[in-house]
Amino acid sequence: MAGTALIALMTGAAHAAPAPDPLQSPMWDMQAERLFGHDRVVFDPRVHIAVPMLAENQHVFPVTLDARALPDVRRIVVLVDLDPIPVPVDFVPGKAAPWLGLRIKLDQRTPVRVAAQTADGTWHVAGLWVDAAGGGCSAPPASRAHGDWAVHLGEVRGAVWHGTDGGGAAVTRLRFSVRHPMDTGLVDTIPAYNLETVRVTAGGETMAQMTVSGSMSEDPAFTLLLPAGETRPITIAMRDSNGREFTGRLP
Amino acid sequence: MNRLTRRGALAMLGASALAVPVHAERFAGHYRPQAEPLAEGVWLVRGSDAPIAFENGGAIANSVILATADGPILFDCGPSQAYAQALSALAQGLTGKPPVLVLISHLHPDHALGASAFDPAIVAALPGTIAEIERDGPGMSDAMFRILADWMRETQLVIPARRLAPGELSVGGRALTLLAMNGHSGCDLVVRDHASGIVLAGDLVFHDRAPATPDADLAAWRGALDRLAAIPRTLLVPGHGPVDRDGSAIAQTRDWLAWLDAALRDAAGRGLDMTEAGDMPIPPRFARMAAARYELQRSVSHFYPAIEASVLPRIDQPEGGSQPNGGRTGNRPITK
Ligand SMILES: [Zn+2]
Repeated sequence: MAGTALIALMTGAAHAAPAPDPLQSPMWDMQAERLFGHDRVVFDPRVHIAVPMLAENQHVFPVTLDARALPDVRRIVVLVDLDPIPVPVDFVPGKAAPWLGLRIKLDQRTPVRVAAQTADGTWHVAGLWVDAAGGGCSAPPASRAHGDWAVHLGEVRGAVWHGTDGGGAAVTRLRFSVRHPMDTGLVDTIPAYNLETVRVTAGGETMAQMTVSGSMSEDPAFTLLLPAGETRPITIAMRDSNGREFTGRLP
Repeated sequence: MNRLTRRGALAMLGASALAVPVHAERFAGHYRPQAEPLAEGVWLVRGSDAPIAFENGGAIANSVILATADGPILFDCGPSQAYAQALSALAQGLTGKPPVLVLISHLHPDHALGASAFDPAIVAALPGTIAEIERDGPGMSDAMFRILADWMRETQLVIPARRLAPGELSVGGRALTLLAMNGHSGCDLVVRDHASGIVLAGDLVFHDRAPATPDADLAAWRGALDRLAAIPRTLLVPGHGPVDRDGSAIAQTRDWLAWLDAALRDAAGRGLDMTEAGDMPIPPRFARMAAARYELQRSVSHFYPAIEASVLPRIDQPEGGSQPNGGRTGNRPITK
């Protein structure tokens, strides 16, 4: 059915001066200025972004980002250049690895980028063009159509795995999801209603924090890598744009 | 103003005025369907065994031409008006008459949208398929215009007007048995031609091309494969891939679906996210299957969120509270 090709572009080497956008996005200059201001910005192949070869469901497009090859990452933003809500997640890894699995909505063919800020303030950027089949943010999410979203609002699922990452290093993997309509405010007369903040703690100590927007998929799902051997009780505290709070606890 | 342009204009209202349709300025080529004789009065027209792409005009599915005294029957008619016109001309060249009946095996656009080229009165499908085309046809048509652009020009969504009933059907002296199954979609038509003993399996069988699962019910699909395997036949025409002369295509489709189901559950159980599941190794025995990685990643999109919901326990209850779904429940069948 809806087969679409991804056009992956290589990122260029880091330069001191602002490098020309390797993706040649019509929105890059504007988005970069808005997001990064006067911070140094480099296109850096040490930042990895993994996506499927096609956007089979433009409402649920998985992205896995990995900035572990960079030293001392303080903050990571995902930027979808041509989306009306261009930043689905702003992630402060804290004690967690600068690595994140998430799912976003795509409105149209657009660059999808990961920008990781290191301790010196520099933003390290990588990305690729993704061809959405169409629709995306312009159509209501399924459960709104089915009318059952309110029954399941705030249901949290999750689990922890103690294992190794792709390179064989020990790691504690945390996955969780929360039922939420994540309305963008751009569809029909449905007002924006989305998860806003996510905070993960272990034994009361903050592991990671995220600010998320309506361009995250309905029923947001996250994968995080916590330090190896993290056995303290984990709490996931979330708040949405109506001030509702949702909490998940893993013993 | 063509349809793509209207769609592009609508997209711009929602987002950026910089939206660029991928292939808007590219002209389509010409479809050149080729007929391969299978038996007296039966020809196969092969699809390209690839994903739907601008490069192949969406002509990826197999069609079959069956000669009758009244004119040829077409089994599936491709993705577009232009394809179906070329197929119709091919059938007329082989038989001397224009098509008298067009059978649509199931709702998917690579099989069904060519109906645009025919009088709806001669386009026939099972009632379940007609209902599914009415439900999903507009969205599938939009997606095909988005990907195929100029190849789709003048293609209109035609709802089959003739409702088929399972059982015997005789047209111009050719006797067919029609069987209603499901699993690949909500309603899959299977045809057995009495004279040749050939079975037309539609997309219930893929051969050396990975199965597509956007509307699949894997348990029902396995049941349909059991029924198909029991039908006496000389050879079987799959929906995608080469003719099956020894029954291996049914086994191969069953093998892939069983592996897929188990592999996705295993991936979710190991805590993989969707991109990681889509990157899992594909066993070497499937190396012959075209588009395997592509279809695996599509299937992850179709099934993974539901599998995760069955694997990940609820954790929003107060400590010591009950879990409504009993914690880990890893054995729910994949359905969609
Ligand atoms: Zn199909």
